[in-house]
Amino acid sequence: MTRVPPPIAMLAELTHRCPLACPYCSNPVELARQDRELSTETWISAFRQAAEIGVLQLHLSGGEPASRRDLTALVAAAREAGLYTNLITSGIGLSERRLAELDAAGLDHIQLSLQGTDAAMADQIGGYKGGFDRKMQVAAWIGAIGFPLTLNAVLHRRNLHQLPRAIDMAVEMGARRIEVATVQFHGWALKNRDALMPTRAQAAETTRIVAEARARLKGVLVIDYVPADYHGDYPKRCMGGWGTSGLNIAPDGQVLPCHAAQTIPHLRFENIRDTPLADIWYDSPAFNAYRGTDWMAEPCQSCERKTKDFGGCRCQAMAIVGDAAATDPTCIKSPHHGALQDRARAHSESADAALTYRTAPGKPIPAE
Amino acid sequence: MEATDIPGLPRGVRLHFDKIRETWVLLAPERAVTLDQIGHAILSEVDGQRSFGDIARTLAEKYSAPVDQIARDMAGFLGALRDRRFLDVTS
Repeated sequence: MTRVPPPIAMLAELTHRCPLACPYCSNPVELARQDRELSTETWISAFRQAAEIGVLQLHLSGGEPASRRDLTALVAAAREAGLYTNLITSGIGLSERRLAELDAAGLDHIQLSLQGTDAAMADQIGGYKGGFDRKMQVAAWIGAIGFPLTLNAVLHRRNLHQLPRAIDMAVEMGARRIEVATVQFHGWALKNRDALMPTRAQAAETTRIVAEARARLKGVLVIDYVPADYHGDYPKRCMGGWGTSGLNIAPDGQVLPCHAAQTIPHLRFENIRDTPLADIWYDSPAFNAYRGTDWMAEPCQSCERKTKDFGGCRCQAMAIVGDAAATDPTCIKSPHHGALQDRARAHSESADAALTYRTAPGKPIPAE
Repeated sequence: MEATDIPGLPRGVRLHFDKIRETWVLLAPERAVTLDQIGHAILSEVDGQRSFGDIARTLAEKYSAPVDQIARDMAGFLGALRDRRFLDVTS
């Protein structure tokens, strides 16, 4: 194997608590309870260690990171450690005063999620009445302070028709960037494929809208696009390659190669409470499991794209094929690709399937 | 880009020396751009005050290079940053 590069980005999932209950939440189905969350001191130690091993970008996420009362102290400590700090939030839990404190603490950038472009859609998807109006208020405060802003529009069959309006809203809010993120089916979203899977026609229309908006808004708004991979031909370059550029710390301190890695049952993850971050990044069997290309079987091993997409997403291979070392079934070269596309079509034609909302940490998990 | 245009780094975009990789990087929202010597030299002059033309002349003098060539390099580099919203340009 070639030398392991230092990590560039770290996702700190400060908590799994969240006022919203989005049915596509990327948190694991087994949520960490508040009494298992890392202390302020342990998080600060993790940030310093991250900076020391080469992390440049720190993404503070959750759950809803604003649910942590020590958020401002964590931002200040991360900046002091030399990290670029990005807050990934729904906006719920941020007051004008708290935003001013985050500004003073040196917060670099905010990524604000968007569940829909009006209250009817957004509050239904988020499962939180009044959430949309509150978010619009928070967006106005963000703009008044002048934080650089990215709008993260999470899209699926029920709200994809709102994409043009979401792009307009990003421009109106003064966002420099919008993420057009079609739901990826991990975690809670796997329970909601019948309700959320876009149709093939919707996926194609989204690609067209993104291309048109990119040309029209060049130099005004950058558009990052995560397409509906079940309807695609090749898999995404997941995490830029396993254990290559990024790592994730869960609320309870488990250090993961990606946010869904706990769905791969044979992997054992170290905890930042017990093991130095450098040892975990370089030596942990979980991080080394799918690094590089040596682990690949066919059709990946002889594929000319193997260092382009690294065989796609390991967690998706696990979830769909039952083998984390298999080719991501969203790839046309996977023997499971045809069956996946048939399933995607069937999911997308399930009229009126009900949403299964995410529950709170410690609460019973709803059945499929 | 015009000679009178004034480039500046917007809030949330900053130069950072990466001690681990021993290189200058431009930190921006959810991105880190590795800078080569030329990129770093250009951005070190960008202060939101001086014009594109002023900076080109400064760099031409400093590196004893033709000002036209410097301006071409600058336009390509800064134009790409502007398209990514990592650079503001006022005229």
